[in-house]
Amino acid sequence: MNFFQIISEIEKVDPEVYDRLDSRRSVFKHMSGLGQKMSAAVLPLAVGAIFNKVYAQTPVGAGVNDVLNFALKLEYLESYFYNARTAVTGLSAANVSALNLIATDEANHVTFLRGVLQGNAIAAPATTGVFDFTAKGKFNPTDAATYLAVAQSLEDTGVRAYKGAAPLVMSNKTVLTAALNIHSVEARHASQLRAMRRAGINSSAPSQGVAVAPYNNAPKSWISGTDNNGAVPGFTNAIYGAGNNTNAPSGITFAAEDNITQGGVALSGTTITAGAAFPSSAFSEAFDEGLDVGTVAAIANNFSVTGTYFN
Amino acid sequence: MSTTPNSDLLLQEPRVEQPLYTPIKRRSFFMYAGATAGATALVLAGCSKSDSSPGMVSVGSGDAGVLNYAYALEQLEAAFYTQVRTGTYYTGSTITAAEKSIFDDLYYHEVIHRDFFRAAITAAGATPIKSLTPNFGTVDFNSRTSVLATAKAFEDLGVAAYNGAGQYIQSATYLYIAGKIVSVEARHAAIIRDLVSEGTFVGNDIITLTSASNSSVTTNNAPANSSLERAMSPAEVVAVANNFLADGSKLDVSSLR
Repeated sequence: MNFFQIISEIEKVDPEVYDRLDSRRSVFKHMSGLGQKMSAAVLPLAVGAIFNKVYAQTPVGAGVNDVLNFALKLEYLESYFYNARTAVTGLSAANVSALNLIATDEANHVTFLRGVLQGNAIAAPATTGVFDFTAKGKFNPTDAATYLAVAQSLEDTGVRAYKGAAPLVMSNKTVLTAALNIHSVEARHASQLRAMRRAGINSSAPSQGVAVAPYNNAPKSWISGTDNNGAVPGFTNAIYGAGNNTNAPSGITFAAEDNITQGGVALSGTTITAGAAFPSSAFSEAFDEGLDVGTVAAIANNFSVTGTYFN
Repeated sequence: MSTTPNSDLLLQEPRVEQPLYTPIKRRSFFMYAGATAGATALVLAGCSKSDSSPGMVSVGSGDAGVLNYAYALEQLEAAFYTQVRTGTYYTGSTITAAEKSIFDDLYYHEVIHRDFFRAAITAAGATPIKSLTPNFGTVDFNSRTSVLATAKAFEDLGVAAYNGAGQYIQSATYLYIAGKIVSVEARHAAIIRDLVSEGTFVGNDIITLTSASNSSVTTNNAPANSSLERAMSPAEVVAVANNFLADGSKLDVSSLR
């Protein structure tokens, strides 16, 4: 762990960093005081907190802290949802242990984001009365198949949320990289839950399930087209649909998951050298799509008791 | 520059190569840094790295460099899955329907990624690197174990590479596209890891479960018990990837920073 190397890295993208730091010597005093009792493992959190203080004065779109707090809300939703897994019956041991791993990750993400945000973090939501995993009576979340369907929906939403938010925090490379490093873990979870769903709640070998079109109940590990609107068509459509581009960063469009034009390049069997023999679904599967904060909030609010927690 | 709080910081040319014009405040920072062991790394980071090594393929610098870096890795993955489909593990009678379908999709996806990057780099007015020649001499394409282990290595490496390269991308558009691809790579990685061993879609080898990450680029790192992907710097990635590339196709990423 080399603090000065971090400063150097930041300087590459923000030549003003020295000015910023220099005019805030109190930050360094704070840092050196901490250093004596900090282990190397804790250092990144403290450094992140200092950078937040430094960068908090620079307007960056929606605001790095706002983005991180929104992510934190989503992580709380996921974490509390996985805490409720113990009430689910009928899952194989392999599926139970996979959910245990995911639950640990989501709890860790909560802790990590709180550490980065420090005093700027939102209050932890109450463990009861804030989230409604029945989505107002629509689901029985103790039913194993339903539980996994909701879990996949939450993870796919999380992947789209982090992806859409990444450009909003790209001015702060520490925060950006942390967000990317959570984003891919959410994608691993989504892949796993999709495998568990196609192999079945009782399966001892989740990796050996065979996907069945149109993928509502037995999805691939990746999103094919719009997956026929997801695990619960009519309820999960927005998770695979297009977002709202009103406040999208320049050059970014929140397309639906069946998008096959990337960076101005139309993907098809004629534009991809070897693609003539490829199934057309492959061109959308190869790319995930992001979502704007507003659309993600509307999806997540389905699991909010007040319907407004994510606003 | 020193008075403008701005969002176009990313467009600024780094000053590390212009020590003569270093503002006074920065020099005072160096003096501050000089009191610690950190000074060595700081000074080294300010030095220009050596130019492209002879016989190696430089991915270049800037956003085009990151795109070519991604293009190189996608070439490697596409070549691997193309060859997987010719080996007896894939063509034989014992492969499961699930595995065959997964390897078909991974082949499609990675070829699409490869050809997408070639098209996107050209569209951006930059020059794609040449078609690389892989060296899969250590892979037994007739062996399920060997194919899965290599696939796992490539997919995990790809995720770590994209995550570690995001910070070098200046354009929000390209950052977003990289994000669209990396989550698909992570989906691949998770299912391949489960094919190797059920329930290993995450693990401390790839995410910070029980130990902190320690990339040479500190921005990549997170503490233990945070469950963040272990992002890798371009140099760390090619140290692995070059083992699978023939002489004359090995990658030089020293201009990516």
